[in-house]
Amino acid sequence: MKIAVSTTGNSLDAELDQRFGRAPRFLIVDTDSGNVDVVDNVQNLNAAQGAGIQSAMTIAGTGAQAVITGHCGPKAFRVLSEAGIKIYNTEAKTVREAITLYSDGKLNAADNADVEGHWL
Amino acid sequence: MKIAVASGKGGTGKTTVSLALASVAGTDALLMDCDVEEPNCHLFISTEQQREKVYGLMPVIDKALCTSCGKCGKICQFNAIAVLGDNVLLFPELCHGCGGCVRVCPTGALKEVDKEIGEIGGCRKDDLSLIDGHLSIGQAMSPPLIRAVKNHGGKEKYIIVDCPPGTSCPMVTAVRDADFVLLVTEPTPFGLHDLTLAVDTLRELKLPMGVIINRADSGDDKVKAYCKAEGIPVMLEIPHRRDIATAYSRGEIMLQAAPELSLMFRKLLKDVENRVSEVKK
Ligand code: SF4
Ligand code: SF4
Repeated sequence: MKIAVSTTGNSLDAELDQRFGRAPRFLIVDTDSGNVDVVDNVQNLNAAQGAGIQSAMTIAGTGAQAVITGHCGPKAFRVLSEAGIKIYNTEAKTVREAITLYSDGKLNAADNADVEGHWL
Repeated sequence: MKIAVASGKGGTGKTTVSLALASVAGTDALLMDCDVEEPNCHLFISTEQQREKVYGLMPVIDKALCTSCGKCGKICQFNAIAVLGDNVLLFPELCHGCGGCVRVCPTGALKEVDKEIGEIGGCRKDDLSLIDGHLSIGQAMSPPLIRAVKNHGGKEKYIIVDCPPGTSCPMVTAVRDADFVLLVTEPTPFGLHDLTLAVDTLRELKLPMGVIINRADSGDDKVKAYCKAEGIPVMLEIPHRRDIATAYSRGEIMLQAAPELSLMFRKLLKDVENRVSEVKK
């Protein structure tokens, strides 16, 4: 299964970015094959708002079934949920740590956005 | 003559200044509260308001007609539509009602319907007349509501516009047709920072402006130095006084608490008028 993790870097040991909508990149980790892909969180620069929505669309396009990030706002949450993607909030420092926590069953899927939209 | 009272951020005393200006101008003036997300002026004119609803156009989708082509999501500058597989998600709280999505939809699945975006209020007490806008909760469309408020202006000699804080669309919509803009700021590093942003925006709009320094004796001289260097006139310095702050928190207009400031505001009105007639020449 593919898991997307918000990050500022481009490897498993890179820092996990607490922000979902404004994270520069996502690492797409395939837990079955161990494959790692880097996806830029490209934003439409004309858009003054809705960064979280665009990030969520990007994730949906990668085929990931779960997202691990610091905080996720309500609009991104709605898009991800509609796409059948589960959201996990964590304070893990690195991508690797987040994936390990997930594999060990230590993360719980969020059932609500955990921050107001403007936060991200 | 339209005088806009604006500020790079909230809480600088914009409303206080607008109310004081409108009171010294009296029956010649109409106060317009265009800070529609947080209209405050009416709180100081404690009297019954007449309200009227304002509608704007918003897209709705007929899913049966949608082919999931994705065009609507691509054109929307505000990310108010997301097309996900065969699902189209609308975010009304982000929609600005531009109608772009409706125009590009090839199948007619999107239609525009009237949706309440807020209310316009009006009231009058003693010599003071006020028109204001109240944006409905969860609405993004403040510019159309601000325009609706502004259309209610009459033939008053002075129209004082209390603008939304910041420098984005709502502020621009409110200041755009002003004859003169008064920027209210505080003599602090934050005040200066937000002032420079507001000045840049007004310069782009080519609007004549002046600065009012509120709580003038409470900070440093950097705002003054900046104004001097940039050739922006400091029109008024309002002293930092406890009795003014207390009166404000009780919902009293500054001039009721400190009548001696009336003279300063009369002079301000005259100065603005002089500058406007200079610009017109
Ligand atoms: S009307 Fe304009 S802002 Fe609203 S969803 Fe359509 S394209 Fe986006
Ligand atoms: S443009 Fe029209 S048909 Fe295409 S996805 Fe949007 S609503 Fe559906």
